[in-house]
Amino acid sequence: MAYSDKVLDHYENPRNVGSLDKNSDTVGTGIVGAPECGDVMKLQIQVEGDTIVDAKFKTFGCGSAIASSSLATEWIKGKKVDEAMAISNTEIVEELSLPPVKIHCSVLAEDAIKAAITDYKQKQGEESEAAAEAQNA
Amino acid sequence: MTNPIYLDYQATTPVDKRVLDAMLPYFTDAFGNAASRSHAFGWKAEEAVDLSREQIASLINATAKEVVFTSGSTEAINLAMKGVGDMYGAKGKHMITSLAEHKAVLDTAKHLEKEGFEVTYLKPDATGKVTAEQVAEAIREDTILVSLMWANNEVGTINPIREIGAVCRERGVLFFTDATQAVGKIPVDVEADNIDMLCLSGHKVYGPKGVGCLYVRRRKPRVRLVAQMDGGGHERGMRSGTLNVPGIVGLGAACAVAEQDLEKDIAHANALRERFESKIFAALDYVEINGDENARLPGCSNLSFAYVEGESLIMGFKDLAVSSGSACTSASLEPSHVLQCMGVGDELAHSSIRFGFGRLTTEEDIDFAANQVIEAVKKLRELSPLYEMVQEGIDLSTIAWTGH
Repeated sequence: MAYSDKVLDHYENPRNVGSLDKNSDTVGTGIVGAPECGDVMKLQIQVEGDTIVDAKFKTFGCGSAIASSSLATEWIKGKKVDEAMAISNTEIVEELSLPPVKIHCSVLAEDAIKAAITDYKQKQGEESEAAAEAQNA
Repeated sequence: MTNPIYLDYQATTPVDKRVLDAMLPYFTDAFGNAASRSHAFGWKAEEAVDLSREQIASLINATAKEVVFTSGSTEAINLAMKGVGDMYGAKGKHMITSLAEHKAVLDTAKHLEKEGFEVTYLKPDATGKVTAEQVAEAIREDTILVSLMWANNEVGTINPIREIGAVCRERGVLFFTDATQAVGKIPVDVEADNIDMLCLSGHKVYGPKGVGCLYVRRRKPRVRLVAQMDGGGHERGMRSGTLNVPGIVGLGAACAVAEQDLEKDIAHANALRERFESKIFAALDYVEINGDENARLPGCSNLSFAYVEGESLIMGFKDLAVSSGSACTSASLEPSHVLQCMGVGDELAHSSIRFGFGRLTTEEDIDFAANQVIEAVKKLRELSPLYEMVQEGIDLSTIAWTGH
């Protein structure tokens, strides 16, 4: 299978590989996919105010899956949370010139961004709930 | 650009120089049709074809008349299975094969099922092996054929063919073996191994592509087949079509070379595999061998590198020509049917690579390849969320994955 230059570049030089502290209140973690399907993506965001100040990923999957998640971290860094939430898989497909059999990789990357944001928001929600409860007490 | 190192000897092999030299005259000066009885061109071609039959027969301990030339193993498999079905279908409608067979056998079996045959697909054990006991249990009154491969093309596991053949002989059921991966690689003896039909292919034994043959036993028992190709009645009526003389000469020469070099080839391929696997296991954790370590095709090494995905691994092997699963299915994203039927989990099946070493592989090739493999696996494990979790002591089976 021939890969696009951009996929090869992300595979050779993946951006933002690594992990953030998943227990931190300002970090959202999204893990999507399943080992038996051949793809698992872990994408993490660190948020200050409403801005994603850092993003990291680790991916088990084919070259296109690695490239999709690497690109996703590149794109969401510096974006507002709501802007990141609006990124769709078709933009990833276009940027990386993914063939039809690899579209699921871009879907997974979109899901990973959304899962990370959801996790972050849940943590924030729980925190404000806890704060509200503390005030009421 | 230099060629990558070829480590895919189960997919195909290069034509041996000795084989090519034998073939060349039959493209030009000696171009005759082996069926032409009226002139020297035809006689010379027929003589060459007869020599090839002798060479093939000698390698597998058959007689020359029992060799039927085909375009390769796929055609030979179709001829054997459908030919038996058509000839003996009135006697019985049951056949036995295994889930680990090549697609050529499985798809032919499917075809026969549509024509009213019933097929039992034996499930191999975790190493990919089918036992004689399984065959004995599956044979029924109406069984007319057992079709089992000698050595598996993906994991290299060698079936106990002699024992299986003995069971079939005792029960009066014809036994066909797809020996495409075995002939020329390990000793094959149709008499001692109780074989009624056997197929082999030129390009797997350092011969040319597009030629192979079916061995069809003539005595005790005499096997009869209904031809699947109508025409001039070549090959004792079993396979019509003008003989591919240069290809047939090449197949014969390849078998002669294989017979002469068999021990040397086996020792070479086994030594290379040992060198490769010991390097891999010394440098990497979580690597598993797929196949039967005690009965594996020389030079075949199918490994699962847990927590990294096969396709991305192959991308990392920039200077190696290897395959994930069999070449026929590697274009699909499905994990290999062979690994699946052996009970290898989908997760590990996605992480498996087949390495094949052969006559032209050198120790330098092995050292280079092992280093590239180790480097790529380490790099991808740095990137793998699964490897990270395992390092943290998380049991992956306890996680609720969001499959898609």
